Amino acid sequence: MAKKVLKQLIINRDWCKGCGICVKFCPRQVLELDGKDKSVCMRPEACICCMMCELRCPDLAIEIIIGQGGQEEDE
Amino acid sequence: MAVQDLLRQRFFPHMWCPGCGHGTVLNSLLRAVLELGLSKNEIVMTSGIGCSARISGYVDFHSLHTLHGRALAFATGVKLSKPELTLLVPMGDGDALAIGGNHFIHAARRNIDITAIVMNNRIYGMTGGQFSPLSGIGVKATTAPYSTIDNNFDVVELATAAGATFVARSTTYHARECTELIKKAILHKGFSVVEILSQCPTHFGRKNREGDAGQMLENYKKITAKRGSKALEENPGLIGRGIFVEKEKPEYCQEYEKTIALAMKGAGR
Repeated sequence: MAKKVLKQLIINRDWCKGCGICVKFCPRQVLELDGKDKSVCMRPEACICCMMCELRCPDLAIEIIIGQGGQEEDE
Repeated sequence: MAVQDLLRQRFFPHMWCPGCGHGTVLNSLLRAVLELGLSKNEIVMTSGIGCSARISGYVDFHSLHTLHGRALAFATGVKLSKPELTLLVPMGDGDALAIGGNHFIHAARRNIDITAIVMNNRIYGMTGGQFSPLSGIGVKATTAPYSTIDNNFDVVELATAAGATFVARSTTYHARECTELIKKAILHKGFSVVEILSQCPTHFGRKNREGDAGQMLENYKKITAKRGSKALEENPGLIGRGIFVEKEKPEYCQEYEKTIALAMKGAGR
């Protein structure tokens, strides 16, 4: 299967309340809370596009856009 | 279309506390609607009173924010007058089973095609953290500073006994599973109940020393197990997740249509 590649990780800073759920459960420590207690994407290259931050975000503030990475066909 | 397109964005950020599980329930619910490809115009959401009930204000569907505990009663009225619409009724634990307990069991008994979602945070959050019928024994609350002595309802068992034809349970930690269960509940013809354990870090978490939202979610992972899994078999103390009941029974609106047809037979002669 083609590897999913992160195109963009959008965080709506006006909606994020800094609960830290996305930071705690990210399997690759991609996200961090900044000085204003808002989630920021620090290591986009490590993202495996599991989507769990977007699915669990109680503030609906995260949107992951997956790009085309390599072959699209399944083996 | 994205999830954000199903929201009334002018009301965001929402009023729920940081880390409140109700936001995750909203998130999972919207994804279920999106994946099923339902049109906004086909959906009616009714809700009662409480933190959970504010959900109907945030969705860009037809919505009714009604009386405390009466969301199912209003939904029954809407469904009977327009059976072609999809009825979604998210309720809090107190709203569904204390104040609206009677409506809940009778909607289940009738098997009317409504999807009820019980957002169970085991406390009355909006009014300051009083214990609810789902708190259970040994829980600390504003009204139980020395901890509760009340037994709790088991939503799954209650809904099953009352006659619901689709009963499932999940938690906000298992967001993907929630979406799948809600999808099945919406597609099911008859009364469907999905209980979703939802964290209230502000009241329940703080009083019962369960930590912040993240730790409460971690706890859901520990105290639940999928139905039919080995973990649940070995530890009966764990809370089961998944589908508990899925059966066919005559649906209320269809039966009512038949009654109308019967009564109208010979009319106009």
